[in-house]
Amino acid sequence: MTGDAFLRNLLLFGRLLRQNGLNVHPGRMLDAVGALESIGVGSRRDVRAALRALFVHRYDDLAVFEAAFDLFWRPSGGEPGGVPLWSLGERPTVVARPVRGTPVSLEHEQRSTGSDQAPAALPDMGVSAYSAHDVLRTKDFSEFSPDEIARAHRLMSGAAWRLGARRTRRWEPARRGAPDLRRVLRRNLKHAGELLDVPARRRRTKPRPIVVLCDVSGSMEGYSRMLLHFVFGIAHARRSVEAFLFATRLTRVTRYVSARGVDDAVARMGRAVVDWGGGTRIGESLRTFNTKWTRRVMRHGPVVLIISDGWDRGDPALVAREMARVRRSCHRLIWLNPLLGSSTYEPLTRGMRTALRVIDDFMPVHNIVSLDRLADHLRALPDRRGGGRSEPWTSKVRTRSTLRPHASGSS
Amino acid sequence: MAGVRALALPESIDELQQQLARQHYVADRALSVSAYLALKLKRPLFLEGEAGVGKTEVAKALAAALGTELIRLQCYEGLDINHAVYEWNYPRQLLEIRLLEAAHAIDRQAAARQLFTEEFLIKRPLLRALERTGGQPPLLLIDEIDRADEEFEGYLLELLSDFQITIPELGTIKAVEPPVVVITSNRTREVHDALKRRCLYCWIDYPDFDKEYQIVTAKVPQASEQLARQVTAFVQELRTEDLYKAAGVSETLDWTAALVTMNADALDPATVDETLGILLKHQEDIQAVRGERVQTLLGRALMRQPGTPRETRP
Repeated sequence: MTGDAFLRNLLLFGRLLRQNGLNVHPGRMLDAVGALESIGVGSRRDVRAALRALFVHRYDDLAVFEAAFDLFWRPSGGEPGGVPLWSLGERPTVVARPVRGTPVSLEHEQRSTGSDQAPAALPDMGVSAYSAHDVLRTKDFSEFSPDEIARAHRLMSGAAWRLGARRTRRWEPARRGAPDLRRVLRRNLKHAGELLDVPARRRRTKPRPIVVLCDVSGSMEGYSRMLLHFVFGIAHARRSVEAFLFATRLTRVTRYVSARGVDDAVARMGRAVVDWGGGTRIGESLRTFNTKWTRRVMRHGPVVLIISDGWDRGDPALVAREMARVRRSCHRLIWLNPLLGSSTYEPLTRGMRTALRVIDDFMPVHNIVSLDRLADHLRALPDRRGGGRSEPWTSKVRTRSTLRPHASGSS
Repeated sequence: MAGVRALALPESIDELQQQLARQHYVADRALSVSAYLALKLKRPLFLEGEAGVGKTEVAKALAAALGTELIRLQCYEGLDINHAVYEWNYPRQLLEIRLLEAAHAIDRQAAARQLFTEEFLIKRPLLRALERTGGQPPLLLIDEIDRADEEFEGYLLELLSDFQITIPELGTIKAVEPPVVVITSNRTREVHDALKRRCLYCWIDYPDFDKEYQIVTAKVPQASEQLARQVTAFVQELRTEDLYKAAGVSETLDWTAALVTMNADALDPATVDETLGILLKHQEDIQAVRGERVQTLLGRALMRQPGTPRETRP
């Protein structure tokens, strides 16, 4: 094999990786040539390790790299730099992010937006717009038509999702606070060392992160579509949002909610979740969250929103244990339950009852008014952990009269 | 400034691997290749992996193998230039002003010059790694970069591209010979691609039985062969359990050392139960494993024939 052929193959391999989502830039290709010059191409194992070190930048890309390497640099007895399969039209098995499953319950929505129905409906609203909004604001999400979802989304997109700030360990100049010695010295040199002016500094603050865990099991069917719009809305109003969906298992959808348009994001989330509309296993899902994700997403004291109706087929003890663990690693734990909007609802399911013992807030999420209330609540969150818990739910679960402190709008 | 000698780099991957082995560090081939190339191409080595798989040890062993000084910057939230690069010694500067004043020697222009000299500069790790004027370039370890803020990553990116630091009052300090850089991350968050693109990436996994056994015997030579074998087998079994935090290599070593101190020569359920807190750091994990589960795992571990490969946690 000539050096030329090898170089060409290396470039083709780089392109294959790029097509599969790896960040392989031209400078790196030069590095790779240099690296292989210094270690030689005698050992397949060493070449693999060298290219891996150069082309892979993150753990998630490792599997793609290994598959691509095996596919491209086949250890055949023949010409090692032969034409790779993919260039002959065969689809490599490693094409990034394969599209699996079908989006459940999203079809008619896509159709409606695809045929420009939503914009056409706008002028009709005319004078009655206000009252139309009003009805929409208190209407239960589960009764929304696709058209109403689009309108509700526009209503919601104006919502300001602000949370109390957390104090970081960085400093910024301030009017009052501890003296900022660096500036003190600089500024007072001109007074010949007499301290006339004492600039101060204080800890900088940053917005608190949010982690959303949303139930998309069968019993949430009527709400999940609208709630995904809600998750998308939060994610786009704020920078640090982690989103997970669960039914029988947990799926991280953070990277899908960053899609440009809401329909695209919702469709992608729908495809990513294989157990959409299935049963509910809150305990197991939370356990996955605690063992796999907590250390990565629960940094900087986040506010955790769990959105679920609490219908759980699993072991209530497991739910209790895992909920308690989530509670210990976050700043505030809020459970949003769409059923809480109904006047006859009582949190009697075992999963819900066990959860109530540890959560900070239990709030409805069934119409736009309830979302506004949530926004107000988040804005007013106390700095202290667990401060101002809205209700001592534990003792009052069984008493009907105290059940619905937040329920509103639907009455 | 001609005093800085370039490092004597290993001639081949095998040589580097042997040098690391002499420092009692058991490096697998992938890591050796990455480290060798990082030295050869003068790029930072980016090590990622779960806590306790021995990332920091790589840097220590590498520094010892190259025979150069290790300068360590431990990252934390809020780490800023004052703690990573340099800071002026304000109390001393204020004192100096008073002294000048007392001597009636104060002159505004001169004071500024006198106060902002190297004498009043507190050098932090990054500056110390660059301003070397003699000997060999050091090894700069930037530990747990995922703990630092994104802003700091931006600064580091700039520093690692031209290895120079500008101090407004003093001027620019440029490394004569750039240091060897090792960056570690526990992946509590994804470090920005722009930084990783400059580096050679290496994922460090929990070691398999053979590698971990070698590590145990290399690091705790007092342990009997039987104990080392059993300890390694048990930890390997423990990692297949579904726990909040799996035991790292450092935990294995601590545990072995503890067992040696207790004069244990072999594992039995009671001893494991008593010392489980060294391996597992979450109360829930200890509760889940203690007792019956320990017996099952120990049974499986003791059944392992020397040399049989067994799957580790993926």
